[in-house]
Amino acid sequence: MASLNAQIMPEKAYPEPFSTNWVARGAWLFLAVYVAYALSTMDVSWPRIITGIGEAIKRYSPMFSPNFTRSELLIKGLTESLQIAFLASALGIALALPIGLISARNLMPAWATWPARAIIALARTFHPVIVAIVFVKAVGFGALAGSLALTVASIGFIGKLFAEAIEEISLKQVEAVRATGASFLNVIFFSVVPQVFSRFIGFATYQLDSNLRNSTMVGIVGAGGIGGTLFAAFQRFDYDFVGAILLCIIGLIFVGELLANVVRRVFATTTGRQEKDD
Amino acid sequence: MPTLSIRNLVKEYVVGKRVLDGITLDFDDTGITAIIGPSGTGKSTLIRCVNRLVEPTAGAVLLNGTDITHVRGAALRHARREIGMVFQEYNLVERLTVMENLLSGRLGYISPVRAFFRKFAPDDIKRAFDLLDTVGLAGFANRRADALSGGQRQRVGIARAVMQRPRLILADEPTSSLDPRTSVEIMELLARIAADTGTPVVINMHDVELARRFAKRLIGMAGGKVVYDGPGAGLDDAMLKTIYGGEAWLH
Repeated sequence: MASLNAQIMPEKAYPEPFSTNWVARGAWLFLAVYVAYALSTMDVSWPRIITGIGEAIKRYSPMFSPNFTRSELLIKGLTESLQIAFLASALGIALALPIGLISARNLMPAWATWPARAIIALARTFHPVIVAIVFVKAVGFGALAGSLALTVASIGFIGKLFAEAIEEISLKQVEAVRATGASFLNVIFFSVVPQVFSRFIGFATYQLDSNLRNSTMVGIVGAGGIGGTLFAAFQRFDYDFVGAILLCIIGLIFVGELLANVVRRVFATTTGRQEKDD
Repeated sequence: MPTLSIRNLVKEYVVGKRVLDGITLDFDDTGITAIIGPSGTGKSTLIRCVNRLVEPTAGAVLLNGTDITHVRGAALRHARREIGMVFQEYNLVERLTVMENLLSGRLGYISPVRAFFRKFAPDDIKRAFDLLDTVGLAGFANRRADALSGGQRQRVGIARAVMQRPRLILADEPTSSLDPRTSVEIMELLARIAADTGTPVVINMHDVELARRFAKRLIGMAGGKVVYDGPGAGLDDAMLKTIYGGEAWLH
């Protein structure tokens, strides 16, 4: 055995441990060249930005004296947005749970996971606004279209994350519960759910938050909520009303954030299943 | 009729490579039977073939005279209910409480709705508290499993198996992750449970001395075959050399 105390062993040639990765270097160079090319073709220039800022200040100054006189319209839009967000979250999460479970490859056979994964992939393919346009054409203008569009988005997001969370669980715990003769659902409730529960609460509250934000936007394409009112106000150059709407949206998102925190705290304390840094 | 009868059991994870090569064994004694042998000789595979956590390639497993080698669905779950299992790494559900882990031993008997709402039979709950006493964890019912030490976790693991009221308890290296003193305490607990409940306990283990001390019957495995089956006294150096190979470790 070679002595560990030997300072140098000239007879042995070791390879260079940190060799240059030419592929990675090439990729960085390509990225830099591409950014430069994109900037040159899209007419992005300093003068445009400078004049743009001046114009914006002129045009948007009424926004900073918001006008709340049309409060009825404002409240109607906001409550509709809120309802869209809650409806879509509840429906989306309810549908995403079974789909996510079925698409977990460590618990389900391939013939079951592929269709479920296809549904999730499809739900994630299009931006909620595009899905909202589709639903507006299908079920008409209004909150139903918006709710359905955000339900699809929720299925995609929650389904994917839930499946990934399940795929990361410890199968030893599952094996032990299975060995007691528990039925499939009992195995799920007693060995899978406890392992993914706190993460699931995180996903669900995040999705509610995201649905709240998106519910203020789907109205732009006529799918209900405050977005329609906001878009109309922009088009009529009613910037004082725009200011009022934006302030209310900020308030709504803030309340949503607080609500999400409350939900998280309730589930963490009542079940003792708070996320642990382990 | 033996509680457990294993007939010509063969397991190949890769076709042609036999991990278990025609094992035939009967277990009807109460008390502890220890299966000893080097790592990778198929001890874990053997006991996992009994409750079908691993599917045998050929041969048969009979529990109380019933062939359970090919049963599926409800019949398989009913067979598993009769067999308690203790794991090397305890395999507790970390985020559940000790009580929930114990009661999961009853999951073969209750509906998913009752399981979801934790509506266990009052008798089972009382028994779980009694068992916590027995294993020396009174007062730990509401602790989360991941807050326990290794020895405490294994006590919960054993109590979970006993909660099943099994006809047979299998233990896969139950002391290999524990320090020597805790190992002995866990073996004492298993011996006490075997004596009190009259349940045969089959334990895989590395530690020959611990096996000799607690088991009436020792089974030596090497190369996927049974090479010794008898009392600890008959296990001489020559036989240990056959089982584990080499001899430097014997002295």
